Amino acid sequence: MGEGTGDSTGEMLRRVGGDTPLLEVRHVTKRFGSFTANDSVSLKIMPGEIHALLGENGAGKSTLVKIIYGSLQPNSGGIFWKGRPVTVGSPAEARALGVGMVFQHFSLFEAMTVAENIALALPNCRATGELSDTIARVSANYGLPLDPNAHIADLSVGERQRVEIVRCLLQNPELIIMDEPTSVLTPQEADQLFVTLRRLAAEGCAILYISHRLEEVRALCHHATIMRRAKVVAETDPARETVNTLAQLMVGNEITRVVRERGKLGPEAILLKGLTQVSQEAFGVSLKDIDLSVRAGEIVAIAGIAGNGQKELFDALSGEEPLEKEDMVIFAGEAAGLMDINERRLLGAAFVPEERLGHGAVPALKLSENVVLTRHGTGEGIARRGFTRFGKAGRIVETVTSLFDVRKGVLDPEARSLSGGNLQKFVVGREVERTPKILIVAQPTWGVDAGAAAVIRQSLIDLSRKGAAILVISQDLDEIFEIADRIAVISRGHLSKAEDADTLTPEKVGLLMAGGAEKKGAAAA
Amino acid sequence: MMRLELVKRSEKSRLMSVLSPVVAVALTVVFAGIVFAAQGHNPLTGIWYFFLEPITSLWGVEQLITKATPLVIIALGLSVCYLSNNWNIGAEGQLTIGAIVGSILPILFPDFVNPVVLPLMLLMAMAGGALFALIPAKLKTVFGTNEILTSLMLVYCSNLFLDWMVRGPWRSPQGYNFPITVDFHEWAVLNAVDVGGIYLNLSAPIALLLVVILAVVMRSTLKGFEIRVLGQSPRAGAFAGFSNRRMTAFAFALSGALAGLAGMMVVMSEIGKLQPVISPGYGFTAIIVAFLGRLNPVGILIAGLVIASSYLGGEAIQTSLQMSSKLATVIQGVLLFFVLAADTLILYKVRLVTGREGEGAHA
Repeated sequence: MGEGTGDSTGEMLRRVGGDTPLLEVRHVTKRFGSFTANDSVSLKIMPGEIHALLGENGAGKSTLVKIIYGSLQPNSGGIFWKGRPVTVGSPAEARALGVGMVFQHFSLFEAMTVAENIALALPNCRATGELSDTIARVSANYGLPLDPNAHIADLSVGERQRVEIVRCLLQNPELIIMDEPTSVLTPQEADQLFVTLRRLAAEGCAILYISHRLEEVRALCHHATIMRRAKVVAETDPARETVNTLAQLMVGNEITRVVRERGKLGPEAILLKGLTQVSQEAFGVSLKDIDLSVRAGEIVAIAGIAGNGQKELFDALSGEEPLEKEDMVIFAGEAAGLMDINERRLLGAAFVPEERLGHGAVPALKLSENVVLTRHGTGEGIARRGFTRFGKAGRIVETVTSLFDVRKGVLDPEARSLSGGNLQKFVVGREVERTPKILIVAQPTWGVDAGAAAVIRQSLIDLSRKGAAILVISQDLDEIFEIADRIAVISRGHLSKAEDADTLTPEKVGLLMAGGAEKKGAAAA
Repeated sequence: MMRLELVKRSEKSRLMSVLSPVVAVALTVVFAGIVFAAQGHNPLTGIWYFFLEPITSLWGVEQLITKATPLVIIALGLSVCYLSNNWNIGAEGQLTIGAIVGSILPILFPDFVNPVVLPLMLLMAMAGGALFALIPAKLKTVFGTNEILTSLMLVYCSNLFLDWMVRGPWRSPQGYNFPITVDFHEWAVLNAVDVGGIYLNLSAPIALLLVVILAVVMRSTLKGFEIRVLGQSPRAGAFAGFSNRRMTAFAFALSGALAGLAGMMVVMSEIGKLQPVISPGYGFTAIIVAFLGRLNPVGILIAGLVIASSYLGGEAIQTSLQMSSKLATVIQGVLLFFVLAADTLILYKVRLVTGREGEGAHA
């Protein structure tokens, strides 16, 4: 029901051309030093409209959103709210106008309850019984069931997002900005969110929707503004476009599709036998009796919602977190469970962690130094007799740069000066260039634009077809179905049996992600 | 309306890395001038006496080198701590304990007199300083205590221990009840030799050698790389296979050893025995030296000379202008303040925003 009304209201509002837009951004320009992040950007959002903002990473979407939400001030241009020129000096002023924002990374305190977290954002900051009632009422109204007294730590990612949305709704916004809201949700949770959003739109609340997922933008949004290199390049009705034409508008040229053919399978290169590990951290996830084998020449993907043991599994595989028994992890036939990360690398394993900055790379170090970071202990002579050879590392930077089309201003820049997509290409390329026998990679294309994602995914497939065993831990189902030969699902530390990707559908994987992957009776053990 | 805005740079500015200490020194000189003026002196005269007059004589230069030497040696060790994100504030205590341990030989074994004593004392002092520094290191890695507090508090323990030793068990029987130990014998002191009119002992060349060694280690060895990586990003360090715990122990032990070495050499060259106070706060001042030198070995060498001159300057204004020599401490503190503030310029540039540009958007 909500679906029908939502669509027609938005369309109707847009068709009534005389109506004043709720929010209008006119020729906004924002410069950071010599870099122009927004170049004369204009945007109109009508009341009750779900408006998509599309663009690659670095196209200027975040800057524009920050200007609308008051965390940045434009160098020139103006913002008009219901036809009146306004100054949005801070997020508080934006909220006073009626603009709310749901962030991509949640800003919730895990040890506090839902009501307490929401109270923190309200002017008088008191978690009263009255507030709890309001939360219960509003959340039930919009199909976002929430227990006001639950602790955030006990909530799933989808429920945490509900908290953020309810917190936003309590401020009675007329415009809600949502930054990549579905990136952490299962398909089922995402569908539920869409129902809520359509309902909000039907009531006249406008939504500025930022997403990389073109399929859902087509299904949900009434209007799309597409940005490329700091400028608005197109405005369109997404329902009339295909995913391919939308992607083309974003990237500016045809994206090369990932090509995947079945590879020749070799021996088992990664073998996990009863991998069990109790988490030492307060809100960590314990790994429970995980069995998995990955053969040379194939890509196995582990799907799952964030926070279900992916981080712990990665650390156990990389050796950053020591294991109890040496045969829990077997790499290339050698029991590696007690080895440290460099001993595992010497067995031919390579690792790409989820976080690019601060884990996969040191922000303030140059790229060549970041090559030394993961390759000093791989027996390639990058460190010899205690001395490092940055010249050799520099040549690796050059190879990776040309193979992966890493775009950088100077020859050997600091890691933090690269854009997310380019740094990810570097971090993946640094390991792939070694042609490892085993590659374990977490979220290979998280927050990366379509062009860079295609390059990275293709490189993983090519590496596996050359005989490497690759384990991909990812939350992105599109990505998983694009590259994986077999798929397993992790849920609260349990791993489901890896099944042939051709026999699975996203819906089936979604069910496993929502808890179906947990072994019956394993909890008792 | 005009205002200043800090704009983040995409990369560290190499120019500003070099210039920011210079900016800080310049601001400190201006500040000192204001202080002199406030005290009723001609600021230029004050600046002359404080900053320049002490190094116009050979004797002044000799004093400068003597004071700078322990500062440089200690600051080198501290720089390794700070670069690896270990906040050792207790070098003064490690210096004291090092000097006490090294002094065991001449005080308890006064008949053991031969050329081996001198290097042995230095080694013992280094071991003593290192072991004493490992206390806050272990407290940090095992119990998660804050090393800033523990290392600082241990300074007071060590100073009181020295005080008790020289008044109690180690008091010289020939010392007329003064709180001093026996005088060290000839192989337990560092003798100065004439180098072009300046009398210097072995400690200055040792400091220079350490500067060179540390510069090479930091630039081109895996250990130096490990120190930098773990300091900036512990998680990435673990990903590289480096251990934070071992680094904490290493950094504390190294800086403790260097502080112990410096303390022993001060005692062996300037005092020749133990007494209740053996250091005018070298261990604390070295913290300023380390930061003023940008935690870079060569920078520390220069910073050590600059800071040492402030000690001499304090004495100079006391004799020439009858001002308190405590002003030297004030100026050292202000210098550190300006150094930390000027560091902002490395990652940010200052931009003047005119009313039009800043406000135009809202017109």
